[in-house]
Amino acid sequence: MTERRKLVVVGNGMAGARFVEELVARGGRDAWDVTLFGDEPYGNYNRILLSSVLAGTHQPTDIFLNPLRWYTDNGVTLRAGLRVRGIDRRARVVHAGNGVMERYDALVLATGSVPFVPPLERLRLDDGAFREGAFVFRTLDDTEAMMRYAGRSKKAVIIGGGLLGLEAARGLLAMGLEVHVVHLMKHLMEVQLDPAAGRMLERLLKGMGMHVHLARATCGVIGEERVQGLLFADGLTLDSDMLVIAAGIRPNVQLAVDAGIEVERGIVVGDDLATSDANVFALGECAQHRGVTYGLVAPLWEQARVLAERLAGRAPDATYVGSRVSTKLKVAGVDLAVMGDREATAPDDEEVTYSEPARGVYKKLVVRGGKLAGAILLGDASSAPALLQAFDRDRPLSDDRSELLFPQSAHGSQTSAADQPDDAQICNCNGVSKGAIVAAVRGGCRSLKTLCDRTRAGTGCGSCKRDVGAILEAVAGDAASEDPSVHYYVPGVPLAKPELVRAIRERGLKSVSAVFRDLADGKEDPASKPGLASLLKTIWRADYEDERDARFINDRVHANIQRDATFSVVPRIYGGVTSPAQLRKIADVAERHGARMVKITGGQRIDLLGIPKERLPQVWRELGMPSGHAYSKAFRTCKTCVGTDFCRYGVGDSTGLGIAIEKRYQGLEAPAKLKLATAGCPRNCSEATTKDVGAVAIEGGRWEIYVGGGAGSRVRKGDLLCVVGSHEEVLRMMGRFMQHYRENARYGERTYDFVERFGIEKLRRLLVDDEEGIAARLDVDVQAAVDAYVDPWTEADAPKTAEQFTDAIDARGAQAAE
Amino acid sequence: MTRDFDLGPVDRIPPGEGRTFDLGSVRVAVFRTRSGSVHATQADCPHRAGPLADGLVGDGCVVCPLHGYKYDLATGDPLGHACGPIAVHVVSITSDGRVMLSLD
Ligand code: SRM
Ligand SMILES: Cc1cc2nc3c(=O)[nH]c(=O)nc-3n(C[C@H](O)[C@H](O)[C@H](O)COP(=O)(O)OP(=O)(O)OC[C@H]3O[C@@H](n4cnc5c(N)ncnc54)[C@H](O)[C@@H]3O)c2cc1C
Ligand code: SF4
Ligand code: FES
Repeated sequence: MTERRKLVVVGNGMAGARFVEELVARGGRDAWDVTLFGDEPYGNYNRILLSSVLAGTHQPTDIFLNPLRWYTDNGVTLRAGLRVRGIDRRARVVHAGNGVMERYDALVLATGSVPFVPPLERLRLDDGAFREGAFVFRTLDDTEAMMRYAGRSKKAVIIGGGLLGLEAARGLLAMGLEVHVVHLMKHLMEVQLDPAAGRMLERLLKGMGMHVHLARATCGVIGEERVQGLLFADGLTLDSDMLVIAAGIRPNVQLAVDAGIEVERGIVVGDDLATSDANVFALGECAQHRGVTYGLVAPLWEQARVLAERLAGRAPDATYVGSRVSTKLKVAGVDLAVMGDREATAPDDEEVTYSEPARGVYKKLVVRGGKLAGAILLGDASSAPALLQAFDRDRPLSDDRSELLFPQSAHGSQTSAADQPDDAQICNCNGVSKGAIVAAVRGGCRSLKTLCDRTRAGTGCGSCKRDVGAILEAVAGDAASEDPSVHYYVPGVPLAKPELVRAIRERGLKSVSAVFRDLADGKEDPASKPGLASLLKTIWRADYEDERDARFINDRVHANIQRDATFSVVPRIYGGVTSPAQLRKIADVAERHGARMVKITGGQRIDLLGIPKERLPQVWRELGMPSGHAYSKAFRTCKTCVGTDFCRYGVGDSTGLGIAIEKRYQGLEAPAKLKLATAGCPRNCSEATTKDVGAVAIEGGRWEIYVGGGAGSRVRKGDLLCVVGSHEEVLRMMGRFMQHYRENARYGERTYDFVERFGIEKLRRLLVDDEEGIAARLDVDVQAAVDAYVDPWTEADAPKTAEQFTDAIDARGAQAAE
Repeated sequence: MTRDFDLGPVDRIPPGEGRTFDLGSVRVAVFRTRSGSVHATQADCPHRAGPLADGLVGDGCVVCPLHGYKYDLATGDPLGHACGPIAVHVVSITSDGRVMLSLD
């Protein structure tokens, strides 16, 4: 066997880590000993999702791609937190901090980019560091630092109205800051957008509450200790608590420059991805290929594949010939797809545009010689897949251009991912074709998660996950549901819900610890505890052995934990109807206990925020109102409108009905929260059609009952379950539906997913037509659950566990004598 | 120099839960697992200062209630993320059921 040679990679970012993965997948470890240096002290993570971390939709833990174990399992030496400081090309050695050096036979530079920081007066302190309150947006550390600081800031300015700047702006806006974007150019995102699209985007962003300042040159920072504002070239100023610089990126080439490798804008590489030194390669944002440097991930996936093919010896002649840049993005929550040229450049080029300012939709095609030379699609992603394909494959376009812009209109037809050809690209972040996904399903991937992990589809921005799911379903059919792990009710007990329920009943398991003991080899998975507790309570009701440690903190102390470990208190206000006396009482309690904020919630009641744990019992006692369950997976609220009592259009007593519903079902535990509403007429002021369960009064004294609606992280209009003729029937049908949902939904599955999974026709047959004869049993069981209800706030005077409401046990005198 | 603390009867911590103890100079979280062992860690999560004692406990770990970061109770090592590790302290139960903690 020949001696393995040494391969050193500098940069454990998107390109470096992906290259190593591709190399390992091609058996490259047989030929190479691989050492990977990464300046950042982590395994590698998905940099794209930093925007989502900032926007609060992802936790930092969600964005890691390979755990540290992956490196050891695959024999790759990761030197995380070590910066390579120099390359000695004669000796073929790289030098890192702390005297660490590593010899190489081949070296790969994947050092990415560094943020471009324009020269602003007073930005830096004497030691070169930024003044407090100024940030760039590139790494996880940057993101976390920015989030910490934003927590204590009110107003932020972002310099740069490109993709990165707008992502930063959206994140900070979501954190509740007043956000100003200052951009040097005359329209936003001028690299990707034409002026019209830029203006449309600007309108959308302003509609979200962002402030946009165009054609503004910033010249300096105001503030002594920390940033307090910006000074512009025209003499105007803007005060601000923090500053984010997102003014572009520059390839990170210093290492290559110092080593005497040829560098122009980026490190110059040929089609073999080798630099001017044949033993040194470069890829990713630091590389310049055929005069182009890239700033998006898709091209670097291709580069990583080509270089891995070459170095693993699979295809030593593989070449990279450049990428046609097309991309699907979400900019501040707005869908955007761009490809190729953004404007006509040749006299015969044809521009087709469609603009609908009211909806924020703008579409533009640049057609050259009957083929797509470029496109901008803002605010409507539906036509993007077909156009991206036409662009990538350089296919001739249909003569009917409107068909291209409006795939759902009469002539066009919307293709589902499952109907597309095998070479269709499904995941545009990671460049995964439908064929690759199909092959992985055939190769045994049966769950969306394993499929995504295996193919990497859906692991970028995540917008194609639905398509991947559709392909999985189409290919695996019933087999998809035969894979049990997808259907475990909770991750820590390997049983689907029906089997789990059966086992619990048969063995008489009444507590969470008993379930772990009997069904999970005694392994107590903490994340599975609340789900099991909820299920056991539904099955055994009063006989359930309530172990408090199985509950999430909110359900141990009946309040919602806040970021500073205080709690919020939301008393129940039936149907949102209150009285002066009740308001006065709430006001007094809020004042006495120093509630940090008193807020009218979106659920038609009042939230007292910032209450320390140990004050909760006293606050409840003084309020003398029942818990609003604003913290638990249970029946929350029933919003109402003013209905027949006051409203000139009302045709049904929505207020009275809503109060009755809430009195009956308050606190009913469920797999996920239940939010209800009643509306007095189809104007639907209480939004009953987008609630888990809603009732809308219609002429003739009747009520429509909608189920499976929601307007939270997903917006879905509820399906009409039935129309009934009285309040009693509304109460009964709602209870029947909720009981069925309690018994059949997965833990955490909201009704909007449950109803879709089950199908409304089937629900109607079961619950309305009573085809299987279960309706009466459901009615009895939900009644029993209603009867078993106890207001948890009565624990104020009867705590269930030791020190239940103690913030910290005082042990200041506890030091034992010597 | 180690300092020893008598934190009182173990019944102050319900099985499977944790409680924060204020020792004056420092606060620690003490956990009592369902199998009867006790563990002590720093009180605040290194991520964003979530109260670890309020977390769910099981399989030898605690899950911070704020953002779900998981830590090994015996070693303090982060599990599945890069935050921490958290400090762990020596703690035991005496024959008469009192929790004894030592701080370095
Ligand atoms: C207080 C309130 C906002 C407000 O100031 O108005 C609120 C506050 C929270 N919402 Fe909400 N939601 C509030 C109305 C809503 C509404 C509107 C409504 O109820 O009519 C929605 C959309 C309707 C829906 O749920 O379908 C809503 C959709 C969400 C979601 C997304 C749920 C989903 O599955 O789509 C979450 C996240 C979750 O549950 O995982 C959430 C989670 C939260 C949490 C509990 C986050 C958390 O875990 O800490 C917030 C608690 C803050 C606190 O400590 O008090 N909140 N939240 C509203 C309380 C209503 C109430 O009186 O009970
Ligand atoms: C917030 C944000 C959002 C984005 N959104 C999108 C998007 O939606 N779509 C899209 O296509 N692209 C997006 N991008 C761009 C995309 O992330 C980059 O194109 C991609 O990360 C480039 O990969 P890379 O490996 O070349 O560089 P990087 O991912 O930056 O990796 C380079 C790594 O090398 C390390 N390094 C540098 N020098 C040294 C040294 N001397 N020694 C050791 N290590 C070193 C760095 O610490 C870094 O970890 C986004 C970028 C950001 C910052
Ligand atoms: S839903 Fe109908 S009854 Fe209720 S407030 Fe609106 S218009 Fe009036
Ligand atoms: S504070 Fe503990 S996970 Fe965030």
